[in-house]
Formats: sequence, C-alpha cells, structure tokens
Amino acid sequence: MHNSTIKSLAAGLASRAYSSVELTQHFLNRIKGLGEKYHAFITLNPEASLKQARAADSMRSAGRGQPLTGIPIAQKDIFCAKGWLTTCGSRMLSNFTSPYDAHVVERLDAAGAVTLGKTNMDEFAMGSSNETSYYGPVRNPWDVNTVPGGSSGGSAAAVAARLAPGAIGTDTGGSIRQPAALSGICGLKPTYGVVSRYGMVAFASSLDQGGPLARSAEDLALLLNVMAGFDPRDSTSLEREREDYTRELGTRVKGLRIGLPEEFFAKGASPDVVRAVEAAVGEFRKLGCETVEVSLPNMKLSVPVYYVLAPAEASSNLARFDGVRYGYRAPEYTDILDLYKKSRAQGFGQEVKRRILIGTYVLSHGYYDAYYIQAQRVRRLIARDFAEVFKRCDVIMGPTSPTTAFRVGEKMGDPVQMYLNDIYTIPANLAGLPGLSVPCGFDAKGLPVGLQMIGNYFAEAKMLGIAHQFQQATDWHTRMPPGIQ
Amino acid sequence: MKWEIVIGLETHAQLNTRSKMFSGASTAFGAAPNTQACGVDIALPGVLPVANREAVAKAVRFGLAVNGNSPANINRRSIFARKNYFYPDLPKGYQISQYETPIVKGGSVPIVVDGREKTVRLTRAHLEEDAGKSLHEGFHDLTGIDLNRAGTPLLEIVSEPDMRSAQEAVAYAKALHALVRWIDICDGNMQEGSFRCDANVSVRRAGSEKLGTRCEIKNLNSFRFLERAIEIEARRQIEILEDGGKIEQETRLYDADRDETRSMRTKEDAHDYRYFPDPDLLPLEVSDAWVGEIRSSMPELPNMVREKFVSRGIPNYQAGLLTSSREMAEYAEAACTGMKSAVLPDLANWLTGPLSGKLNEEKLEITESRVSPKQLQALEERIDDGTLTNKLAREVFDAMWAGEGDVDAIIAKRGLKQISDSGELERICDQAIAANAQQVADYKGGKDKAFNSLVGQVMKLTKGKANPQQVTEILKRKLSG
Repeated sequence: MHNSTIKSLAAGLASRAYSSVELTQHFLNRIKGLGEKYHAFITLNPEASLKQARAADSMRSAGRGQPLTGIPIAQKDIFCAKGWLTTCGSRMLSNFTSPYDAHVVERLDAAGAVTLGKTNMDEFAMGSSNETSYYGPVRNPWDVNTVPGGSSGGSAAAVAARLAPGAIGTDTGGSIRQPAALSGICGLKPTYGVVSRYGMVAFASSLDQGGPLARSAEDLALLLNVMAGFDPRDSTSLEREREDYTRELGTRVKGLRIGLPEEFFAKGASPDVVRAVEAAVGEFRKLGCETVEVSLPNMKLSVPVYYVLAPAEASSNLARFDGVRYGYRAPEYTDILDLYKKSRAQGFGQEVKRRILIGTYVLSHGYYDAYYIQAQRVRRLIARDFAEVFKRCDVIMGPTSPTTAFRVGEKMGDPVQMYLNDIYTIPANLAGLPGLSVPCGFDAKGLPVGLQMIGNYFAEAKMLGIAHQFQQATDWHTRMPPGIQ
Repeated sequence: MKWEIVIGLETHAQLNTRSKMFSGASTAFGAAPNTQACGVDIALPGVLPVANREAVAKAVRFGLAVNGNSPANINRRSIFARKNYFYPDLPKGYQISQYETPIVKGGSVPIVVDGREKTVRLTRAHLEEDAGKSLHEGFHDLTGIDLNRAGTPLLEIVSEPDMRSAQEAVAYAKALHALVRWIDICDGNMQEGSFRCDANVSVRRAGSEKLGTRCEIKNLNSFRFLERAIEIEARRQIEILEDGGKIEQETRLYDADRDETRSMRTKEDAHDYRYFPDPDLLPLEVSDAWVGEIRSSMPELPNMVREKFVSRGIPNYQAGLLTSSREMAEYAEAACTGMKSAVLPDLANWLTGPLSGKLNEEKLEITESRVSPKQLQALEERIDDGTLTNKLAREVFDAMWAGEGDVDAIIAKRGLKQISDSGELERICDQAIAANAQQVADYKGGKDKAFNSLVGQVMKLTKGKANPQQVTEILKRKLSG
C-alpha cells in the first residue's frame, strides 16, 4: 500500500479495497516504526488524523468522494493547521498551536484529505539541508548519513521513505525542488500567486510559494488541483479561472523545444549530476523534442540578489516573533527591551539570526539603495532573461541542484557553500516562474539526481504533462531507497 | 529682535470605516480590550493584510476635497510600505504605511484668522494603520496591551510649514477637522483620538528665509493643547536662541498637566525605520473610473457653500460659522430657503446666536435641535411683520425650545403680540409722562439718558410688548411740544 501513488490509492479507496482509516493507520504505523530513523515529522496526532479518515470514508460512501478524499498527506510544519502545533521548525513557535487553518489546509480538508502529521523543516524555511531545525536534522532515506535537502526536507524524506504518499511544502529559493531532487522524489513550485500564502508562516513574502511533493508528476497534478486557487485573503493571490492540472498529462512531447541554459551546465555542477541530466535530456530527444542552447546571463547574480531580498523581507516578517503575544518568551527579563532581546536570542537559531541581521543591514539607512534597490533591479533583469529565453523554447531544463545529497554537517560551517546549493532553483523564485523537479538518475554513490524544469508563467499543466511523459518512458521515479520494504 | 514662528502640522484622521485598514475586524470604539482584534490584527504567524476599499475611497474623497474636487492630486498608483520598529502595541513589528508614494499629493486648505484669509498648502496625505494601546495603569508594574485599535485606518495629512502663529495652526486644524467631517471620512472625535495632531515648530528671525531647526510636538489631542503647546514651545526655542543657544532637532511631548513640552527622543536616538515596499500588498491602483465615481458622490465643499451664503448677504464671519459642519450648513440652508434676502442676516444671527447657545448648553448636535428650520423661519416672519419685538422673539424662541409648540400658538397662548395700536400706545405714553415728572424735566433740561428711562417705563407698563420704534416716535413728539 505504502509504495502506491496517490492515483492508485485513490482507486483503491474508490473500489473499497481498503478504507481511509486502514490506509491512514498503515502510514501512521510506518511512521511510528521508522520515525526515529529519518526524523521526518515534528508532530503526529493519530487521533485527529483518524477522525479525518473516518470522515473521508463517510464522504466516499455518501458518493461525495474526490480524488484526494481519504488520502493521507503530510504537511510541512510551516502551514497553520487549526488545533495542530505549528512550529515552523523553531523554538520560537515550539508552543504555538494554530487557532486557524491556512488556505491550503482548508482546501485539502474540504477535499477530504487526511492530515497525516506535520513534517520537520529548516527553521522558518531557512536552510538547504534541514539541519537548522530546532527539532534536529532530517535524514535522507537514501543514506541516513546525508541530508534530505531543505527546507521542506521532512516532507521530501517522508515521501521518499514511503511514510506518506504525498506532502505539501513551500519553496522560497528551492525549498521544494531541491529536497525533492536530493530525496529522489518529485516536487513542484507553482507560479507565484497560484497557491495562496494565507496561513503559510512567511519567510520572504515576494518569493514564498506553496506546492506539492509526491512520487509522480501525475500525483503532483492531483495535489495542485486542490492546493491552487484564488484566495481574497492573500493580496498576491491571482484571480484566474480554475484549472485542471491533469489535463495535459496525456499530451505528447513531440516537437517540444527544450531550452538548455549554458549557465546550468557550467562548472559548479558535479559531473555525476550533469551526466544524469544530459541523459534525461537525451530521453526527451528520443521522444521527439528539440533542444535549444540558451543563456540566462544574469543568472549568476541570483544567489547574491536572493541573499539581499529574502533576508530583507524575513527581517521584517519575523519581527512579530517578539515573545509578547504568543510563542517563546524568555523565562527571565528585566523590561520590555530585555524581553525582546532574550526571547529572540533564545527563540531563534543561528541561521535565522544570521538572516535577520543581513536583512536588517541591507534595509538600513544609507545601505538601502546600494543593496535592496539594486537587488530589485537585478531581479527584474533576471526575469527579463527568462522572458527572452521563452521566446525561443517552451521549457528550460537543467539540474535542480549542483550536487546530490551531501553529508550531515558537511556544509553547516560554511553558509556560502550552503547557499550555493540553491543556485539553480533561486532564479525561478526571483522571476516568479513555475519550477519542477523529477528524479532522473543516480550518482556513483547511488544518490538520486533531480532534473529541473522551469516553464513560463502558468505553464504548470504543460510542465506536469512533460514530466508525466518522461515518467511513462523511464522508471527513475519508482526507485525505492535501499532498505525500504 | 522680532521672531517668526513657523509651524507645520501632521494630522492623523481616523477614517470612519466599519472594518480595519487591512482586516475585517470592527473599528467600533470602546469594546472590551482585545475583543476587536482578529488574527491579522494580533499578527498571528501566516496572516496577510488586504487593503480596505472603503478606506481607500475615503482617502480619495479627501484628495478631491483639498484640490477643489479635481482628481489631479490623487496618485493612481501608490505604494504601501513597512515602517519597522519594535513596540509591544505594534503586533507585527512594523506598521503598514505609505512612504515614497502616498495616495494624495499636494492640495490646500483655506483658513480665516482675524478676518484675514490664508491658504495652507498640503504636502501629502497617506493611508496607514494605527497601532494598539499600551495601558500603564492598574497592572502593578506590568503593561497591558489592548489591540482593539491596532489596524484602524488612518489618513495622515501633512501640511507645509505655512503657519506663522499658534492661532493659524488652530485655524488650520479646525478647518481640517470640519472638512474631514464634512466629507464624511472621519468622525472628528478628539477625545477618542479620532483626530489628533503633531506640530512641527521652529522659529527664525523675522525676515529670514531659512527655516530654523524644528521640534516635533506629539500628543496634541485638543485645539486648546495645540495652541498652548505651540506657544510655549516657540517661547522655549526663542529663549534658547536669545541666550545664544542652539535648538536640537527632537521629538517632544506636550504635558498638559504641567503645561510644558519635554524631550521624548533626540535625533541621535531616532529610529531607523527601514522602510521598504510591503511585499504582501500589491501597489494600490485607483482607476480613473473609480475616482470619477467617488467625485460624483462628493458633497458641495464648505468653501463653496460659504461663498453662497455670503452672496446672499450673510456676513463672512457668520457664513463661516454656518459652514463649520455639513449638518449646520444644511440646517442653515433649510432655514434660509424661501426667505427674502433682507432677513437673512438676522436669521443667521439666530442660528449663530441663540440656537448655537442652546445647543452648546445642552451638548446637542444641530441635527438634534429642538427648534426646526421651519419654526425658525416662522419666528423670523413674525419679527419681520412687526408682530414680535426682538425681546418677545427671544421669549418665543425659548418657549419653542422648551417644546411649547409653534410660533403663532405661543404668541396666542402667552399673549405676546406686540402693541402697535397707536391710540393705545399714545395713552400709555401719556401715563408714563404724567408719572415721571422728574425724568421729563431732566430730558427737557438736556439729559438724553432720561429719555431711555421713559421708554423703559412704557415697556414696563406694556410688559415689553410695545413696538419700540413707535414708542420712541410718540414720546419724542409729545416731549418736544
């Protein structure tokens, strides 16, 4: 059961081969057995999950079943879920039980999906390895001595280890795609504005976007069908007609023009990664696609631009965590200033503090123009590069991450090395474009490699179709980590 | 050496919308603490702001009103920015405001001081949200936080440093206060903090072009405090300069109890607010069509109405009083409609005199007046046709106020009709002359005052009902013989 896709589990539920209660219990048992090993979850609430499962079973027997009704879904602990501890991987929110549901959580709930648990993540989504979590690092199911990527590392590891058939995450600079790549699963960051940010704890508002993680492109489409949609509570949510993201799954890719930006294959990417990605591109050629050499000349500025803009927004977004109204408050303090200082000093981890400091600095009087304004200008140039490229091709392909999973602790002492992990994923966030990662092979150590696809605005359905066609022709996405039964 | 005082005001007008600037919570005043603060107002993790369309419409109304109803000073695209600072009653750790691109740029407000007209230019007006309240009393060394006010929409109106005296500043504040109420964007309640001013005050040698170093005085929530605070702040600055000192740019607080301003923070410890565009909110766009719609719903502006009153013969000063609020102007308009222009100045006197007096006495709004415009018109007609003397009219007015009915009914009931029958008046005048031989002698001896005493006697005999002009005529005729 646990190795099935959402699509086939939905069929099983529809045919009454098993109930949602049985399915949910099965996954809860697996998490109980393997939880320690991967540390993918922060909070489980079997009672609440099973209650939802029972409701889902009633929905189905009343003939009101939808594709996700009764399917257990793991939620990154960044989504506020009513009655659930919502920690965002931080000590700061280690005591915060959300009084409300995020838009995405509401929608999953309305579709009858079961909340399987809240997954571990880098603190406030700041990290690329899941090592900044207050709750300790997540382990990569392919090799527990390596990281699963981040920040949605718990969600990625849960799906990879077959502890959940699907999960939801957020992607600010690659936080869905990079862990999907490192954990050998699929992940999609939609166009900015497609998924409401309401109820997602904000990291960098102009970049944050929720999206699904699963084991097939088809499952991503099923999840996105529920997650996407206009929400008047998010002013950046886009009011568009509802889409069926599965509609292009059957579309052939023959004649598709694939852009290969030289910058994605330059030095920096490990040879194993480049080899696997090139092989995947070869597969597309076999399917009748054309490839076009393209260039994103300003892409090299993505990481510096990102590390100005994201911390700037974060420094302001995280100001609400002050120990006054909710969340962690230092046990002892002398006055209000002391309360702020101690609560924030003790409540936030190292990486979060680093980014708050960077962000505060770049917004400060006398530095704002040189950093923040300049970064915004470059951001527009990067978006323009993409616009140029999409005149010549339908989608862009390249590696998701320059390397496969690295060892736990390997990059924690070197933030710049850590930041460079996101060099291929950040550009799509800066431009607001949809990006997707699917497994496309392995390195010499047997660690998975991710193929990244970046499409034009609102090209999700098309991209999912392309990925699905790839997965019809290959079986990388069905490979299981060693030791998983 | 003469000094010139230079004043600019920053005014926060709370917009009278039902819900908050960026959330759906109610803005009603006076609820139990923290009962009108939703997730957005208390800044739960993950919540997002959504701009209140009604608040934006009210800002547009203001923009139109200070620019003669022309939309030229409304920015079609303005930007919400975050002003970052930590304070316990600021839940997000930042205030959403507008910084580089406000919704309203420019405009002006006309004022009248000592009969002189003057125009105060506006720099800008921008939308922002209010903070909550810190409660320092009754918590035993702790501070209470009430977030009911957090997120309430404000229009911050910034004037140019165009005022030259505390009186001008007060006149401007009053004109602005009347205007925001007139166009129905703010209830103007100063006790509840719906309308509050900060004053930027500096002084310079008379004739100098260069502005002096300014101090900002906060916490001015009444016109009296505004006037007082500016006066003593200007005096403080002049004293320092005359002693050869220098003014430090700083923020000062006016303490009404001690009648002084004192330093809150100096320029050195001023916050770096780290303004940047709020990424949660798209640029605020107002379409020409929408501005046009708002424009067509605008009332006639106070200045236009005042000019109309003046053109009908009402003196400028009184016309100003009659346009101090839209309700007063509407009442005055109703009272003047259909009346001949010769009586309008007197009618205006009734409105600005006895009627306003009664309203003040009983703390009533003009809309709650116990005398209707129709009743006032009837009263004026009875004065005009000679039925009532001014004294009798006042009695009738008081009776109407007390609810005794309409003018004619009161006249009949109280027998207040003026005596204009000359035969009867001749007889009474004879009586008065006969009974006051001394006064008659005095008058004839050249003491004019004695004449008034004789008129008074006639009035006494008639219980004030005699037509004073007729009495004067008759007495003069009789005594000149």
